[in-house]
Amino acid sequence: MQRISRRLFLICSLLAATLAQAQLSIEITGAGANRIPVAIADLAGDSTAARIVTATVRSDLERSGLFKLVDTAGAALDENSPVNHADWKARGADALAAGSVVRTADGRLEARFRLYDTQKSVSLGGAAYLTGTEQLRVAGHRIADFIYEKLTGEKGVFSTRIAYVVKSRGQFLLQIADADGQGAATALTSPEPIISPTWSPDGSQLAYVSFEKKKPIVYVHSLASGRRHIVANLKGSNSAPAWSADGRRLAVVLSKDGNSQIYLVNADGSGAPQRLTNSSGIDTEPRFAPDGSIYFTSDRGGSPQLYRMNAGGGEVQRVSFEGSYNVSPRPSADGKTLAFITRRDGRFQLAVMDLASRQVQVLTDSNKDESPSFAPNSRMILIATEIGGRGVLSAVSSDGRIKQRLSVAAGDVREPAWGPFSK
Amino acid sequence: MNKLIIPALLSALILGCSTTPLPEDSAGGAPVESRSGGGTVAPVVTGDLDASGLPRVLTDPKSKLAQRSVYFDLDRYEVKGEYQDLIASHAKYLVDNRGFKVLIQGNTDERGSREYNLSLGQKRADAVKRSLVLLGAREDQVESVSLGEEKPKNPGSGEAAWSENRRADILYRAADGRGEF
Repeated sequence: MQRISRRLFLICSLLAATLAQAQLSIEITGAGANRIPVAIADLAGDSTAARIVTATVRSDLERSGLFKLVDTAGAALDENSPVNHADWKARGADALAAGSVVRTADGRLEARFRLYDTQKSVSLGGAAYLTGTEQLRVAGHRIADFIYEKLTGEKGVFSTRIAYVVKSRGQFLLQIADADGQGAATALTSPEPIISPTWSPDGSQLAYVSFEKKKPIVYVHSLASGRRHIVANLKGSNSAPAWSADGRRLAVVLSKDGNSQIYLVNADGSGAPQRLTNSSGIDTEPRFAPDGSIYFTSDRGGSPQLYRMNAGGGEVQRVSFEGSYNVSPRPSADGKTLAFITRRDGRFQLAVMDLASRQVQVLTDSNKDESPSFAPNSRMILIATEIGGRGVLSAVSSDGRIKQRLSVAAGDVREPAWGPFSK
Repeated sequence: MNKLIIPALLSALILGCSTTPLPEDSAGGAPVESRSGGGTVAPVVTGDLDASGLPRVLTDPKSKLAQRSVYFDLDRYEVKGEYQDLIASHAKYLVDNRGFKVLIQGNTDERGSREYNLSLGQKRADAVKRSLVLLGAREDQVESVSLGEEKPKNPGSGEAAWSENRRADILYRAADGRGEF
């Protein structure tokens, strides 16, 4: 049995390889108002490797919408070169990064760099990352994260990963890619729908809903081994998994008692589900907030609206009041914002609520936004939307200014989930 | 080759149609009351099975029981009055044929949250199940599940497609396990 499933996995992987055109491509459709001008000098050293790392750092920073790249033509610098700050200031750069990629004695590659504040003529520090040839882009993402954090004061998310589902030629592929959409790998291929992937807090597992047994069942899937187990397969529908902060439990939606209600189950599939909500309507889409409370969607008031309850169930408060359809609540990791989908004049759009003031702002002008997912630094929100009849992903900054679009040539992309910070 | 097969197939089809009398709808004929004995009766069905192993009365387009879909309004999950007859016929069949089971699959249109739609589809399937049980079907004869917006019958966009997809379907399985699910 084990062998069969492994062979099946192999076949699936091969199949996935033939569907390799299911690669995300990215397009920037908006940028921040005040972008920081930054110069990224061509990294010195091993020229092929250096080119890959340099290009990754530059495209990460530019794509974020917060930086403007300053031309570095003619500069030949590495991390140890003396820097003429006045010169770079004159070129319009507020910051400069220089470095190199060198081959180590054991055949690996080391990417080193240093970042300078040209206004204050000081070094902002540097770092070195050891990596293999196939991991060069990861090293670039880490350098970009360092620069992003030093210059904005927030943690970068360039080295995080995203999960999403591609529908292509009647197949459903659960894919994992870098946050920039590159390096996509297929974790699961199925002829039946896959929805609601969510990352475990440590980024090693995904929980999702698969229809492969002709009804919705919740699985937990370890990405490194490809092993997976069922965490909820009860009578009726099983869906909407959400991880608790410690990664040991999942809130799920079960209809076993005759109505979609929220329950708590153990992530290892053991034990009996513990019921958290008790309504005669629909309760679904649970999400844990950083304070342990749970946001969810319910139609207990007559139309689907957002609600919040304490971790153990009990007291429930209604959170959304504008409009007749507010769904898919996603609290940000900093606990300040709630992203959700609102229906306005028959159009489904991404909105955010400031949780302190309860002020709501609609961030998009689209018709079919779905499944919002916050970046772990709470700055960007990934959504599924539709453009020209095709499913694409869009990343929108939480102030709505910056927009990027990720699409796949050969299919529909949907159900995005932004992973946690990488360790 | 083809020239030989097609007429043969055609005549088989015609023969099949002309020699198999349509089974009477249970409501129209004069069913023999055999339930007074108290114990359960295992129905034996001979002949008249279709390709999936179900009695033709369930699948023949002329039969009332071949109508298997209940349609819903936007965001709603109440069974509309116009479907009471259809549901009553299926409930009666399940009462008369205790070995048969049905799976109710609830569906929604593509708009809005996939997870909310999954629950909405479940509500629609549950509503049909509740009606069947109220009319005498046994709880263990009826399972309700949801496909949400994931398996649209009409893959298009626009009200025509959407209203076709806001639907619950009734699938049958015979006592011997053969059938539609």
